[in-house]
Amino acid sequence: MYEGVVQNLIDELGLLPGVGPKSAQRIAFHLLAADPAEVKRLAHALLEVKEKVRFCRVCGNVAAEQDCRICRDPRRDPQVICVVEESKDVIAIEKTREFRGRYHVLGGAISPIDGVGPDDLRIRELMTRLADGAVTELILATDPNLEGEATATYLARLVKPMGLRVTRLASGLPVGGDLEYADEVTLGRAFEGRRLLDV
Amino acid sequence: MSLYRDEGVVLRTHKLGEADRIITILTKRTGKVRAVAKGVRKTKSRFGSRLEPFTHVDVQLHTGRSLDMVTQVETLRPYGEALVSDYPRYTAGIAMLETADRLTQTEKEPALRQFLLLVGGLRTLVDGSHEPRLVLDAFFLRSLAVAGYAPALAECARCGADAVRAFAIVAGGVVCGACRPAGAAVPAAETIALMIALLRGDWPAADSAEQRNRVECSGLVAAYLQWHLEHGIRSLRHVERTDSTQNAHVPHTWS
Ligand SMILES: [Zn+2]
Ligand SMILES: [Zn+2]
Repeated sequence: MYEGVVQNLIDELGLLPGVGPKSAQRIAFHLLAADPAEVKRLAHALLEVKEKVRFCRVCGNVAAEQDCRICRDPRRDPQVICVVEESKDVIAIEKTREFRGRYHVLGGAISPIDGVGPDDLRIRELMTRLADGAVTELILATDPNLEGEATATYLARLVKPMGLRVTRLASGLPVGGDLEYADEVTLGRAFEGRRLLDV
Repeated sequence: MSLYRDEGVVLRTHKLGEADRIITILTKRTGKVRAVAKGVRKTKSRFGSRLEPFTHVDVQLHTGRSLDMVTQVETLRPYGEALVSDYPRYTAGIAMLETADRLTQTEKEPALRQFLLLVGGLRTLVDGSHEPRLVLDAFFLRSLAVAGYAPALAECARCGADAVRAFAIVAGGVVCGACRPAGAAVPAAETIALMIALLRGDWPAADSAEQRNRVECSGLVAAYLQWHLEHGIRSLRHVERTDSTQNAHVPHTWS
């Protein structure tokens, strides 16, 4: 246990995902020793992200304005929507430069055991986007693990009556992992080799 | 520190740190085990999908101070692969895993009968010959029986009389007119017959049950189960029911 303010910082850092007590301590002491200007920049960035960043009202991706950069870009193909679990998956796919359509961020995967059902994700918003018939292909890029697959199955069945092309990222993506950890080449290949999902 | 080997079904996983997971496995000999799988979320992990829920695995573990560590794993039956392509079956399967987890409270306390029930339940769910909700209700009833909470279904749970009128969860099953507490449900006789068939594994009788009796049976079984488990089964709310008139349909992806 350290002096109040230091312990406070360690406790707060320890709440972050992936940060254990040891890492929290290491980061806290790094900050204590760091140049005050550097720490100010970090503090400013933290506050700014909460003030300025919100979620795109169309796709649910993080956005600096009402609509995200991708939804505002007229060069992006409005006929293809790639469905992902999290905003960080958008970034992973953008890095591959394989995809020129738009996204839909669900905000997670269906996980009944954690009490997360279809109604807890941005599925209703997706159905609204598909309602006007402008979208011709839906790419289901949920994580290649059990919950991601189950979410893809659910969505494929849900949109089936709409008669659009539903595909799933396939070849090369090892099952059991998180999409964000796939390297660009593998993810790019998975895009090219996406398979038609027939439920 | 020592190595041990067992077979088991992966019940659930939790993210740990950057790329690891804590895996809960119901094993055949050791009972429920919680173990760390290092690097399993990385796409190049040597564990791959083998430590996903539903997988029946042959696993080697290293005893640790608080949590054990998975050192090797081989797939015996990948039940998840078949279940994940059929949403109602998948949700029924998840409810089985959660129930098995909840009914095996103490870690490393052998629970062979619960393990065998789970494997049998998953196998039946995957083979697709019965409506998933029936398979789930059969699993619930038998799991409760293994845990010592089998509902009385043939004679009054209180006095043993034959003339049975109602189903009272607090009394532990069916009750006669004299023993019936206020507010006890009065299900159809066919519904009680269905519960008996599911508990015994009489599939021809269970499969021929009417839809309304199936729905009533599921309601009673769920209420009975929730009453015996402190916090209820979270995934139960998300279990989808298929129409029994379609249960002859087996998706072509199942081989
Ligand atoms: Zn957007
Ligand atoms: Zn009685």
